[in-house]
Amino acid sequence: MNASMLYGMCGSALVGIGLYGLIVNPQPLRKILSFNLIGSGVFLLFGVIARRGAALGMGGDPVPQALVITGIVVAFSATALAVALLLRLQEASGSATLSSPEPADPPDA
Amino acid sequence: MSALPILIPETTTAGGFLLVLALVLPLASVFAALTLGGRNARRVVMLAIPAGLALAVAIGVELVQSGHTLVYLLGGWAPPLGIALRADGLSVVMLLTTTVVLLAVALFAYSDFQVPENGHEVRAPFMFWTLLLAVWGALNAVFLAGDLFTLYVALELLTFAGVPLVSLEGRSETLQAALRYLLFALLGSVLYMLGAVLLYGTYGTLDIALLAERVRPVPAVIAAAALMTVGLLAKTALFPLHLWLPPAHAGAPAAASAVLSALVVKGSWFLVVRLWFDVMPGVVTPSAAQLLGALGTAAIVVGSVVALRQERLKLLVAYSTVAQIGYLFLMFPLAFGSIGDVPAHGAALTGGLLQVVSHATAKAGMFMAAGLIYAALGHDRIADLAGVARAMPVTVLAFALAGLALMGVVPSGAYLAKKLMLDAADGSGQWWWVVVLQGGAVFTAGYVVLVLVSVLRSRSGSMPLVKPVSRLSELAALGLSTSSLLLAFAALGPVPGDLVSSPLAPKELGTTLAVVLGGALLALGLSRRSLFGAAPVDSAANEGALRRSVVAVGAAFELADRLIRRWQFASIGLLMLVALLGGLLVFGSPG
Amino acid sequence: MNMPLLVDGSLVVLILAVAIWTIAVRDSFAAVVGYAIYGLMLALAWVRLAAIDAALTEAAIGGGLTGVLLIRAAVRLRPTESVVAVETPGRFVKALAAVLAGTVSAALAVVVLSLPVPAPTLAPEVAGHIASTGLGNAVTAVLLAFRATDTLLEAVVLVFALIAVWSLAPDRLWGGRPGPRYHLEANGMLAYLARLLPPLGIIVAIYVFWVGADLPGGKFQAGTLLAAMWLLAIMAGLTDAPPVSRGWLRVALVTGSAVFLAIGFAGVPLAGAFLAYPAGYAKPLILVIEAASMLSIAVTLALLVLGPPERSAQQ
Repeated sequence: MNASMLYGMCGSALVGIGLYGLIVNPQPLRKILSFNLIGSGVFLLFGVIARRGAALGMGGDPVPQALVITGIVVAFSATALAVALLLRLQEASGSATLSSPEPADPPDA
Repeated sequence: MSALPILIPETTTAGGFLLVLALVLPLASVFAALTLGGRNARRVVMLAIPAGLALAVAIGVELVQSGHTLVYLLGGWAPPLGIALRADGLSVVMLLTTTVVLLAVALFAYSDFQVPENGHEVRAPFMFWTLLLAVWGALNAVFLAGDLFTLYVALELLTFAGVPLVSLEGRSETLQAALRYLLFALLGSVLYMLGAVLLYGTYGTLDIALLAERVRPVPAVIAAAALMTVGLLAKTALFPLHLWLPPAHAGAPAAASAVLSALVVKGSWFLVVRLWFDVMPGVVTPSAAQLLGALGTAAIVVGSVVALRQERLKLLVAYSTVAQIGYLFLMFPLAFGSIGDVPAHGAALTGGLLQVVSHATAKAGMFMAAGLIYAALGHDRIADLAGVARAMPVTVLAFALAGLALMGVVPSGAYLAKKLMLDAADGSGQWWWVVVLQGGAVFTAGYVVLVLVSVLRSRSGSMPLVKPVSRLSELAALGLSTSSLLLAFAALGPVPGDLVSSPLAPKELGTTLAVVLGGALLALGLSRRSLFGAAPVDSAANEGALRRSVVAVGAAFELADRLIRRWQFASIGLLMLVALLGGLLVFGSPG
Repeated sequence: MNMPLLVDGSLVVLILAVAIWTIAVRDSFAAVVGYAIYGLMLALAWVRLAAIDAALTEAAIGGGLTGVLLIRAAVRLRPTESVVAVETPGRFVKALAAVLAGTVSAALAVVVLSLPVPAPTLAPEVAGHIASTGLGNAVTAVLLAFRATDTLLEAVVLVFALIAVWSLAPDRLWGGRPGPRYHLEANGMLAYLARLLPPLGIIVAIYVFWVGADLPGGKFQAGTLLAAMWLLAIMAGLTDAPPVSRGWLRVALVTGSAVFLAIGFAGVPLAGAFLAYPAGYAKPLILVIEAASMLSIAVTLALLVLGPPERSAQQ
């Protein structure tokens, strides 16, 4: 077993841990955290693939590494939007929960 | 796509630069709207979208004249190192549909989202027009990009543009619906990304054309297929992953709902088609395709029944979207029913494409009509819609035509789509999909009849209208519904003319009447309130036992739907679907 | 068992332990702090995977900025946490979720371990073409030359996310300033740091940007540093967040992408394709794009952390 395989298993485990947290934790903030865990696990797997592609003096295949950088930025913007939505929801309704007793009905004007 | 050849080795084709323009124009418009601000946002929209329509037509003409897929190598770098933009028949049709629907929505919302004369920027209108351009930009990127990672970024663009449309009015229920939509959509895209990572790890490229050559059914590819497909299904809200759609589409303002239902969910559907038909046709098995069809059938049944149980018009239309999305996935088992059966494959694909276009136009028209009724009356309670037909005839006509188009009455696009898919079903011997295709129309007719009966009831006294209805908006809705109804004529180029018979021929008329009758029976049975009065069934003591039991069945469906739409249920269901799909991809091939 | 493997093994164990703790701990604030720690350790993992650019980005954005964002949220959400906690599912659902998540993990691990050897890689292609870009850092070459469209779209993603965040403002506060008003404590520690660090941060950021052409670094990492310095100044009360209706702010947001598009279109007559660079001018053009993008990224990232407008423009 070499280092890449170790990190590969780490990435897979992170995806599973994140999925569990996403399903089970009711607080939306924890769901956002879990989503970030899954995302970073996927990026780690991409990094392992990059490492396996090391050649010609480069430490790793640069294409996956570049895509990971893009992915981290995209994940951050998603987190920022989710957090902003969550805080606004709490401000508007006083509670921060995803579950509702009934589907949202458009109110009478 | 499968029909149009790709030149090897790949170079930028003539007219490829049009693809770059199609990609950049909406994005540049977003920047223009953002910097110019205020009331200029609407001006930018009214300038850019017609230009985009012209561009889409130009791309279509170029495609037809050259006879092969249009390609543009960005930066001059060829895949696998670089990224290519590609436009085939599927992309062009989606580009055209998107611009037409967006133009209609822009006209519909022209007076709704106005900026006051003093020119100060107001949040909702500025945001609406900017987000309209943003959705357009994201969709064009989805339809044109030829690289799986670029498509991932395009999917995120689509989510970021669609989510704020849900919460545009700022009420707390819509904020919650938007958050649920965002989180589930993010789960979908991260699963998609995971699949793309596995594909790169196996083949060293993310380019669709190169992957199509190299892909084999190895474990990594099967895992990727399962993950990416289910992730995209979550974003398309296919049953049972539809938890976010009804509150999101019902809570958004009417113009936004039209865009969300008609266009945004089509983006992820488009990627499922790209994946299954272009990247992995050799990997997908018939059983896996049957699973997609089964989920689609469940969507049609559950969505339609729960739609019939709704008391609010916008929720009814939202659940009808859930049902119609099911239709979009019936093409998969028909195309992959028997491998190598090219005629069935082509017919199913064309049928699916027609289905998407007709649904996009009809659903947008329907949401617009529902929105006009809501705005005019101040409420959208179905039980209290008596007299609307007399007060707002154009709007009701738009709704009726959209409903007829969705039901598949000749000569609508849905009719032709159904014909083509029936051909494919007969050709591959899958008789059960014939039942679904014919039966689905009855379910659609159910809720259309329900609404039409409610609005056609006469009212004693005059109709109190809260707000006068804009004629432009009504015409925009009517225009879209009519185009959906007449779509079969537009499609007569690539499709043989004898498929479209006259609507008044006895056979067609008989089928239409049978569908409407069946729908009326369903509506009579399942709707909460009697079709001809206002008293809800639960309180009437002297309703017959048959009616009570049918209503109980409907209530059970609604309860099941509510259960499935709880977060834990849906997310566990998502993972189970991944496992199921993976298993069917491994064990599903015939011998 | 050799030393490097021991280091990697311990790092993996730590990462997984913190991740599990983040999921399982009761208090959300503790979970968020755990996530920030997780981000920094993940950056170490990236170093061990010889992806220094990714390590810098993960440390700056993944651990740093995301941590700031989540900590502010956790503090605000504290009152409602216990109310929502009662919705925690029962043991059966938890067990089912654990089984399913575990299956996915296991299947992934098996698939990853069975990926083909020798691994397919684009490194030779990159090495063959990197000379025409004039860059020494392969990752920067991929980001700004070979796959420049992805980077362009990613700048668009940032702008779209900011538009979406701004759309959440209440109607009456539209055009106002994001975030609360932070009070300046003239002799406090925060004010001291906010006077000391930004000049250093700006110099480091410019260095990271400049050196990114040939060594690990680049505009994302530099832009994040600049954003962090600006946020520090705002949070210490030394300066205030600008109102979102300011024209210069809007222009600053789109400048990076506008320059990118302009140079991209200039490539059509000069180099034959959109986003192609004329021979010999690739590196200077790339640096111009990076400089403009760095500033836009810095502004966008900071505004994403600050959130939608919460005060009117006059306050």
